[in-house]
Amino acid sequence: MTVTATAPPAADERLGKPKAMDQLIKRPEIGAMLGALLVFLFFSVVTEQFLSIGGAATWLDDASMLGIMAVAVAMLMIGGEFDLSAGVMTASTALVTALLATQLGLNVWLSLLVSLAFALAVGALNGWLVMRTGLPSFIVTLGSFLALQGLNLGITRLVTGSVQVSGMRDAAGYESAGFLFASTFQIGGTSFYVSIIWWVLFTVVASTVLMRTKFGNWIFAIGGASQSSRAVGVPVVRSKILLFMTTAFAAWLVGSINILRYASVQANQGIGLEFQYIIAAVIGGCLLTGGFGSAVGAAIGALIFGMARQGIVYAGWNSDWFQLFLGVMLLAAVLVNNMLRRRAERVRR
Amino acid sequence: MTSLIETENIGKTYGSVIALSEVSTVVNAGEVTCVLGDNGAGKSTLIKILAGVHQHDQGSFRVEGEEIRFSSPREALDRGIATVYQDLAVVPLMSVWRNFFLGSEPTTKLGFLDRKKGKEITKKALSDMGIDLRDVEQPVGTLSGGERQCVAIARAVHFGAKVLILDEPTAALGVKQAGVVLKYVAQARDRGLGVVLITHNPHHAYPVGNRFLLLKRGRALGSYEKSEIDINELTKQMAGGAELEALEHELRGVEA
Repeated sequence: MTVTATAPPAADERLGKPKAMDQLIKRPEIGAMLGALLVFLFFSVVTEQFLSIGGAATWLDDASMLGIMAVAVAMLMIGGEFDLSAGVMTASTALVTALLATQLGLNVWLSLLVSLAFALAVGALNGWLVMRTGLPSFIVTLGSFLALQGLNLGITRLVTGSVQVSGMRDAAGYESAGFLFASTFQIGGTSFYVSIIWWVLFTVVASTVLMRTKFGNWIFAIGGASQSSRAVGVPVVRSKILLFMTTAFAAWLVGSINILRYASVQANQGIGLEFQYIIAAVIGGCLLTGGFGSAVGAAIGALIFGMARQGIVYAGWNSDWFQLFLGVMLLAAVLVNNMLRRRAERVRR
Repeated sequence: MTSLIETENIGKTYGSVIALSEVSTVVNAGEVTCVLGDNGAGKSTLIKILAGVHQHDQGSFRVEGEEIRFSSPREALDRGIATVYQDLAVVPLMSVWRNFFLGSEPTTKLGFLDRKKGKEITKKALSDMGIDLRDVEQPVGTLSGGERQCVAIARAVHFGAKVLILDEPTAALGVKQAGVVLKYVAQARDRGLGVVLITHNPHHAYPVGNRFLLLKRGRALGSYEKSEIDINELTKQMAGGAELEALEHELRGVEA
């Protein structure tokens, strides 16, 4: 007989003191935090501009556009699904806005609204198809990825005769909409893009939803075990469709930031970005199998991306090296996550 | 007293396959109705109808005397019928208290999760059932199979289930753990719940059961009150009586 077995059932005497290290290790984003710190220190030492305020403005902006999407994709991945159409959606939404504003002469605000409705409809369709057919979302959204890619190019060429839409600056409402999505603000005499604020805001909201609401609890549950969740009354279909719509909403946000910042959009934009979103989410501690991960982690994953991409530029290296970095980073992240998660579960025994 | 659940000649077909046909049984408050049968006997089909996962297409299904046809598990839950499935009772990576409240989360006035309340209630509800966990923040995946079943049972009891359906709760467990789970089944019964216990082990069913429904190939092989049958007869009936004797004979032949 052990001593604990005869102790009164206050239960906590078996817990011992929670070690700070063990508490930390349970968090899914811990690996990404360490990685971000490492990358930050490395480029701060190796290059001069990296640590300057101007440098920070650049890599934060790079990270923000990726980060908004990575956070949405992370939520979807925690819910157990993928969205390969997320990258090309950022172009589709920008194209819809631009075509409506430049070709039909609609007010930019109205164009944005229609574009948002379009995005949410595509997201809902993705979700509905996945739930209805029971096929892996990987395949279903690969289909919508290809279809959107074709639509982007086909319709743009049909309407404008080229593969880009430009001339947004003359559209009514460009200034005011631009203020919301693409303006800059000053810190220490350096301009920071407002997209950074959108990124932080989106991360905070997503993280709050995940950790502090019913819906967040359901997201973890449907990703971890959707049958069990359904059995205890979680609306699995509705929740998953909402997650696909969230990803589409994020794509609309990024698309709108793009079109209002550059005033033009290429029809082939966004292709290939979908994997960067997934990679950022995985670096941030999301499991590919769902049910585990964090929004803050995905945001940090995007930060690592932004820092490395710009750091390599500052260091004067060829940008080819970025892909190598990416591959190594991804593998390291998966290995570290795996180890930390196992440790986290063992610690609690 | 009206029964909590009553089925009369209930049946279900999937296309041309007859999964269940003319099965009648009752579940009363404070009693355990055991459903026994080999693989493919129709046990799962029966409980899926009771739990609202599938709909019956013959016979009648009454809950507290009212003819009913559930269109989702949620509806069954709202009528107080909770089901604990064998292997998918819980979400392994989520903490015990989050699992406990899944689908019925406590919220604050602002609509956020009330985490403190959630943990406290979970701890209390579990200890009321005699389950003493170290920490309700630990992932359910770190619990043993028996403990997981117990968490799921405690959850159903806490949320006011009138009927508790347990799908092979002891199937994957060792002797000792199965005993622990059966103890909680008895506790739920003594608290006045009607329990439906699905199993293929008569030794698990007999000690806690009040009523035994034997299924074979989608049909009722027999339905007995505890006073009408003893454990040996139950085992024999389940194994197919004469068939088993023949098999025993055959196996002896091999030995010799």
